Amino acid sequence: MASWGEASQSRLIGKRITRLSGKDKVTGKAKYTYDINRPGMLYARILRSDVAHANVIDIDLSRAEELPGVKAVLPIIEVGKKLRYQGQEIAAVAAETDDIAKDALRLIFVDLEELPFVVTEEDALAEGAPQIRDWVGNKSNPGTNEKGEVEIGFNEAAVTVEAKYHTPVQTHVCLETHGNVAEWTDDQNLTVWASTQAVFGVRDDLAGRFELPANQVRVITEHMGGGFGSKFGAGVEGRTAVQLAKITGQPVKLMLTRRAEHLVAGNRPSMTQHVKAGASRDGRLIAYDMRGYGTGGISSGAGFQAPYVYSVDNIRTERFNVTINAGNQRAMRAPGHPQGAFAMDSLMDELAEKLGMNPLEFRRINDPSEVRQAQYTLGAQEIGWHRRNTIPGSGTGVKKHGIGVGSGLWGGGGGRGTQARVTINADGTVEAVTGTQDIGTGIRTAIAIIVAEEFGLTPTDIAVKVGDSGPGLRSGGSGGSQTTASVAPVIKTAAEAAIQKLFEHVAPLLQAPVDDLRVGNGTIYVASDRTKTVTWHQATGLLGMESISEGGNWDQELRQHGVAGTQFAEVEVDTETGNVQVIKIVAVQDCGLAINRLTTESQINGGVIMGLGQTLLEERIMDPLTGRMLNANLEDYKVPGTYEIPEIKSIVFDTHRKVTGVGEPPCIPTLGAIANAVYNAIGVRIRELPITPDKVLTALAQKKHKEVSNG
Amino acid sequence: MDKFSYVNATSLKQVTSLLSDSGWGEVMLIAGGTDLLSELKEYIETPKTLINLKTLPEMEGISSDAAGIKIGALTTIADIAMHPTIQHHYTVLAQAATSVATPQIRNVGTIGGNLCQRPRCWYYRDETVNCIKKGGDLCYAVDGLSKYHAILGGDPVYIVHPSDIAPALIALNASMKITGPEGEKTMKVEEFFTLPSDNPFRENVLQPNEIVVEIQIPNTKPNTKSLYLKAREKGAPDFALASVAGVFEMAGRTCQSANIVLGGVAPKPWRSTEAENVLTGKMVDKAVSMKAGEEAVQKARPLNDNEYKVTLTQNLISRAVMMAVS
Repeated sequence: MASWGEASQSRLIGKRITRLSGKDKVTGKAKYTYDINRPGMLYARILRSDVAHANVIDIDLSRAEELPGVKAVLPIIEVGKKLRYQGQEIAAVAAETDDIAKDALRLIFVDLEELPFVVTEEDALAEGAPQIRDWVGNKSNPGTNEKGEVEIGFNEAAVTVEAKYHTPVQTHVCLETHGNVAEWTDDQNLTVWASTQAVFGVRDDLAGRFELPANQVRVITEHMGGGFGSKFGAGVEGRTAVQLAKITGQPVKLMLTRRAEHLVAGNRPSMTQHVKAGASRDGRLIAYDMRGYGTGGISSGAGFQAPYVYSVDNIRTERFNVTINAGNQRAMRAPGHPQGAFAMDSLMDELAEKLGMNPLEFRRINDPSEVRQAQYTLGAQEIGWHRRNTIPGSGTGVKKHGIGVGSGLWGGGGGRGTQARVTINADGTVEAVTGTQDIGTGIRTAIAIIVAEEFGLTPTDIAVKVGDSGPGLRSGGSGGSQTTASVAPVIKTAAEAAIQKLFEHVAPLLQAPVDDLRVGNGTIYVASDRTKTVTWHQATGLLGMESISEGGNWDQELRQHGVAGTQFAEVEVDTETGNVQVIKIVAVQDCGLAINRLTTESQINGGVIMGLGQTLLEERIMDPLTGRMLNANLEDYKVPGTYEIPEIKSIVFDTHRKVTGVGEPPCIPTLGAIANAVYNAIGVRIRELPITPDKVLTALAQKKHKEVSNG
Repeated sequence: MDKFSYVNATSLKQVTSLLSDSGWGEVMLIAGGTDLLSELKEYIETPKTLINLKTLPEMEGISSDAAGIKIGALTTIADIAMHPTIQHHYTVLAQAATSVATPQIRNVGTIGGNLCQRPRCWYYRDETVNCIKKGGDLCYAVDGLSKYHAILGGDPVYIVHPSDIAPALIALNASMKITGPEGEKTMKVEEFFTLPSDNPFRENVLQPNEIVVEIQIPNTKPNTKSLYLKAREKGAPDFALASVAGVFEMAGRTCQSANIVLGGVAPKPWRSTEAENVLTGKMVDKAVSMKAGEEAVQKARPLNDNEYKVTLTQNLISRAVMMAVS
């Protein structure tokens, strides 16, 4: 049976190994799509709707076309159609310089008949709200789920909690905005440099739309500046770049502006839950009744996990989607989970308090995961759980400390569909080629580690070629934390096959059977007689004019689905300014076999930072008055900076030696952990994210008012 | 941005003569450009000519004499933040400068530009929103979203003045030298700023043909304690939700005089004579400091989303006072 072997036998796998592309990235040598410039390249820009809802009466492109330097103007929306959200594409321009393209956009005249709009969930659900999709109402048919008898559960419950939890829309904030450079090498062959999570997905998307054979479209993503689920297709901007390149016969670069990135390039839907839950005197969660909704903007898909992580006997849930005049949602790092985790972990603490029970004990009773049970013990130790306020808010002084816990789960088991080749050349060089892409997660380094482990070499000896559909070795998109678990087994089996072939060449020289050969540190030797050895170069020299090139298979014995995580947060709340400073996060994350412990820790760090941003800072602010997003920039849309990042203790929690992806799960438990820590610090619960100073001060003022009126 | 011609300044006389040909917005001055450039990119301003002031080195630098210190308008925020004399004797100014934006912006942004910067209001900064400041009829913050807007002095425009430097200078009784076609004049920094009720379009009294040349700060007494506190949502870069510039002359725990100027809460740096009056001549303790905070916000008129700023301002003043006596 295929296996990754014992930890004690691994030279490289599971160790902390520096990212191969790290030096290129920090020195600026790494080329992202943004950095691609082609001879004769034009710059393209898209004119977008300023208004949330309007009929398009007329579009006049003529003055833009006449501007010197403009090479093409392309209408995107047709006259007579409706614009349904701010940022929606109207037309595009390709010009000799980016500045000319910008000027040209201002020469496109659009006659619009503005229509009533709704940009908040509340407005969309209000009586008499304008219906913004012609074929269906603003509120979708609810999806329901029932298990057991929720009323019986409540009858048996010793305590119940009723609460409303809300998380706003969060945008992806990819540091490299969406975009492409498109170049037709002739009228039947297209090359596209794309900032994407799926080179083959974009290839097939473009081949279909431009009616090209798939093997005549090449998509390249050498380095990628963040996707988080928002970069799977070519998108309107990708198709527009290709179309403009076709019209002009010149390469075209089209990257989204930061503003457009916020408006149209995807977001995490909002969540509003009205939830009632009950627990028995001995701390069992026995009833859960939830009615909730979210908005995915102009599209549907605003799902969230409820209940989450913890077992409940009796469940009744109903949730629906609210359509508003705003850019549509896309998958975002663990879709549906962080929102659900915030609400569930807040609820768990509220129930535990009513029971007079330690919130960690309450979790232990209701958490079915053995892995997380062990993680609770480790995490509690690391954060110093005993230091928390037994009575929330009881700390003295202006700056109050608190400690909280949250949990999460994810899949990440990978799947079939990756092809790879591992090649050994006569000069001793090694290539590993596959059609996956390194979107910043470090799969390039993981591949090098796996091959180097099999060959007795070091990771830098392996030339890893990913992010290019050109070789025709397909792999799936990098989403769902599936990349490593999809790619690693194929690379491993390909490397195993290749080294077997090399052993066959070496065996006669060493006068030993093939199955008695092993790799060592840059050598091949005979296991039963270690005096018999050849260097790697001597061995590959035997290949003469040949190379060894082997494919691999996805072997599901090499991977496993399902991970558990828990996080503990310590915060300091300034009760005079309402400022929440996270002091420390302990993130305990299971991911099975960590191919590279260092990049796995980086994944966890990144997830924690993103979770922290969602908890304390981030919110798409839609203005009911103008229908516009008021913070489509990085000034008022606030993401964590240096001052916000706490000490992060990332613990790769070893469970088994099968590969599982961990890109998404570390951003999940952070929300509940911080929110519960804030409560533990100040004794007032904030049920609406982000937990900003205005909310903290308002909550503290209400608490004070209550205390005063209660005497 | 629209096309413009770019002129390197050769003398102040040349600058004022170029300016005097036009009204607001036709000819504009650029120094660090950290604010202006974003206004150009967003088409909030569309000047025909930009005059680059960085070619006038005489407008840059910090000097001191018997009366106090002088800071040329082109002096960068970073130079002010790191100047030893300012750090020791005008602490409030050094702290305010340090709290501005990011190191990159402080390295190019100038004190003159900081005082003349335009509001950050999200309606004002949206080209397509025609608010009062741009000749329209509405201040959108009144019925729209107003989390970052004014609680004091707002009517009819509820922007807040974004400068950290200005409250510090006013608290230090600083003056400024302004040059125009008729020559030089000097005025208190406090008198430089105006309220929307006087002029909804501008935030100060500078005329289109005038230029801020120099800041002058008188000596502080040896018993002076000064400090700047800035509350923000994010460590950096972020503008103030509310800030307090405090300059106190102390005799032991007795406050002989107090200058308290608020940032981030009003359309101009807001001098709180109410808070100052509470403190002057008093033995300062927690109760007095809180009273100062309470008095400062007596006239606050919050909008829908910014009532928290009342509490925040109150708390910051109290904190600043207590820090001054500790």
